[in-house]
Amino acid sequence: MATVGQACLIFALGFSIYGVAASVVGARTRRESLVRSGRRALYALFALSLTAFLITEFAFFTSDFHFTVVATHSSTTTPWYYRLAAMWSSQQGSLMLWLTLLAGWSSLCVVMLRGRLRDVAPYAVAVLLGFGAFFTAVMLFSASPFTVVAVAPVEGVGLNPLLRHPSMMIHPIMLYSGYTLLTIPFAFAVGALIVRRVDAEWLRATRVYALGAWLALGVGIILGARWSYAELGWGGYWAWDPVENASLLPWLTGTAFLHSVKIQERRGMMKVWNASLVLATGTLAILGTFLVRSGVLDSIHAFVQEGSGVAWFFTALIVVMIAGSVYLVITRRDNALKSESRLDSLLSRESAFLGNNLVLVAIAFVVLWGTFFPLISEALTGQKEAVGPPWFDQYTVPLVLILVLLSGIGPVIAWRRTSWSRLWRSMRAPAILALVVAIGCIIWDPANGDVSAMIMFVVGAFAIGISLQELWRGTRARQLMTGEGPFAAFRLLLARNRARYGGFIVHIGVAVLFIGLAASSSFQSVRDVRLGVGEQTTLAGYSFTYVKPVAKIETQAGRLERITLGSQVRVTKDGKFVANLEPNRGYYPAVGSMLGAVSTYFAGESTSEIGLQAGIAEDLWIAETPDISSLMPVVRRGDAVFEKASSQGLEPKARAVFLAAALNGLTTQYRENPPPAQFRVLVSPMVFWIWIGSLIVVIGAMVAAWPAVGAVRDLVRARQAARVAQELGRA
Amino acid sequence: MSVIGPIVAVVILGLVVWFVSQPLRSRVAAQDDLRDDGRVADLRAARDAKYRQIRDLEMDYRTGKLSEDEWRSIDRELRGEAVEVLHRLDQLVPPQQGAPIAPALPEPPSAPPANDPR
Repeated sequence: MATVGQACLIFALGFSIYGVAASVVGARTRRESLVRSGRRALYALFALSLTAFLITEFAFFTSDFHFTVVATHSSTTTPWYYRLAAMWSSQQGSLMLWLTLLAGWSSLCVVMLRGRLRDVAPYAVAVLLGFGAFFTAVMLFSASPFTVVAVAPVEGVGLNPLLRHPSMMIHPIMLYSGYTLLTIPFAFAVGALIVRRVDAEWLRATRVYALGAWLALGVGIILGARWSYAELGWGGYWAWDPVENASLLPWLTGTAFLHSVKIQERRGMMKVWNASLVLATGTLAILGTFLVRSGVLDSIHAFVQEGSGVAWFFTALIVVMIAGSVYLVITRRDNALKSESRLDSLLSRESAFLGNNLVLVAIAFVVLWGTFFPLISEALTGQKEAVGPPWFDQYTVPLVLILVLLSGIGPVIAWRRTSWSRLWRSMRAPAILALVVAIGCIIWDPANGDVSAMIMFVVGAFAIGISLQELWRGTRARQLMTGEGPFAAFRLLLARNRARYGGFIVHIGVAVLFIGLAASSSFQSVRDVRLGVGEQTTLAGYSFTYVKPVAKIETQAGRLERITLGSQVRVTKDGKFVANLEPNRGYYPAVGSMLGAVSTYFAGESTSEIGLQAGIAEDLWIAETPDISSLMPVVRRGDAVFEKASSQGLEPKARAVFLAAALNGLTTQYRENPPPAQFRVLVSPMVFWIWIGSLIVVIGAMVAAWPAVGAVRDLVRARQAARVAQELGRA
Repeated sequence: MSVIGPIVAVVILGLVVWFVSQPLRSRVAAQDDLRDDGRVADLRAARDAKYRQIRDLEMDYRTGKLSEDEWRSIDRELRGEAVEVLHRLDQLVPPQQGAPIAPALPEPPSAPPANDPR
């Protein structure tokens, strides 16, 4: 299997290089056969990478420890669904996933083109195959998943316990889908600039994939935040970590592009800006992959230690991408990228979009600077210094406030120009709503004097009000024009104006999300406390009582997966029962450890499982760190007994039975004589709304991305046309 | 060492070579010509974009963002641009019976819309 997988990678590299050459030569000499052959090389890349991907997945699924990557990232005690996801916890597997997604999305894109952009497509295919060649080469020369050993170890190291979370099965796929989908607009931008055809057709093709990438990346980011909230045991969802920032950067510039591309579509303006944005977004997607996989920056999300080998590959690629992009934009700025019209008025939707773009790019710049500050400081001073969340908040919070405000104002301004009086009439009702919220904030001061949070509530209410008003007005206008009922009018309004009204739904979601962020970070109550059984602590009006300890052994496939030590915590408010929470900590054995038979179970990774009661108003969140020091004398005694028994030639089967008995005794001891445990207790208002806001964003983006009725009809016609051509060819 | 792996690899290589080289071997290769229909596709996309703008403009008017005069003026301008695009499109691809139909263009504003929501 490994031979076939390795061969697939070698063939993939060969055909990618061939495809680049065939596409470029075919396009330059206008030989369609070469162009078609190049296109087929892309499909071949997908088939080969998918084969290699499935071979690797099969090795993980069957725990084939001949594969080094399987032995070092999985184990028989890892549940089967996490074994499948364990593949992308490794350097090799994640590069494999990247390549497969790249080839898959690229092939789908080329198939969907159906003969459109015939002059641009060959160059785009060449760029996409170039990316394919790059990732294949990185795997072949630095991180092959098909490295095998002659004698397989009995057991693997296992999947990092922190990654044993449901969202980790989807999060990397969504994130990498976002990154790989962003390479498609990049590739088509390069192609369009080469043939000097940055026109409406290019915009239409590019926008769809940019929107798909934006959606996938957004879902990936939110799933990562959810994982951080539930798994990392610190109670937050965003830490301005380099890997988190890496995914945010292309999302920000992608958001800017999705807005500014509208200006080009309508007015033929901002072509240089749009081309630069789409090229920068593609480059940032590769930069994001680089940060995740190289380990050049310290991150709580970097699960790769062997990454330094790929750093030079990525650095070279990013330098080529930046240099090539700059060259193409500069050499095309006076012809293909020349603006067709000028800004008519500062009070126009174009201006609002321009403002929104500047703010988004400013946020991206702040995030980029903060993320790379450790490398910058090291280069300048010789010392690696990082900036923390307060630094990021200081710059991004005001910018986000402006952004949410603009997301409210933009939709009510007409294209080209409008008057102040008409603008005021359009935003009067939402402005009154915002004023009411502002007065409420001043009177009740729910943000405890946090001015930025209060402003966020006000501008968020304004933006939501504007979007709801637009949806209402659109529905009403349609009802009056067609006589449809309100639901039919609303449904058809969305169906006929997907981008416009899908965008409004996204704006509502973004405002809800930011209100949730502001509320949860400003009103959060947190307490770190040490409690014994029967003791309690109070926080934000709630009482948390440590009722009883929980200790158990969890097995998988007949082998011990982990020892879980935790507690049951009863939550009450004003004497009334609210919830029972069960935080715990799982202890995973250290594979290959030289420690004693029992103590090895406390020498491996440990992971926190929080107790959570999520609600619309607030979340009750609790994490526990059991004090295992009181168990250690018993553990050491157990080690000594096993050492003595081993020296007397204890049979493996008998050893397993005795070990199970010893560990059971250990958990019983913990239950019967529980030591005090350290708890982190949080009461976080409105966290729920972060997830609800994200869901609204996803729904809105799907509405906007869904093919329009006309597009579906065109597709059907194109299929019919292709069929006629095929049948005529056969005749 | 198993020989099945190398055999499977050779078979895969053969299949991929056959698949990728097919356009070079087929009869279509004799008609080597990368026809540039990009101009037509671009004009069609420009036409569709122009229609979207006209519809959006009408929605802007009906939802109170534009006065009737502004709407009429910009609508006239956009329709003129759409006609220009159609004219250029017809020069490249003369309209034929049964050809794919473009998305329908809304009726031009002749009178103020009934039941103006404002």
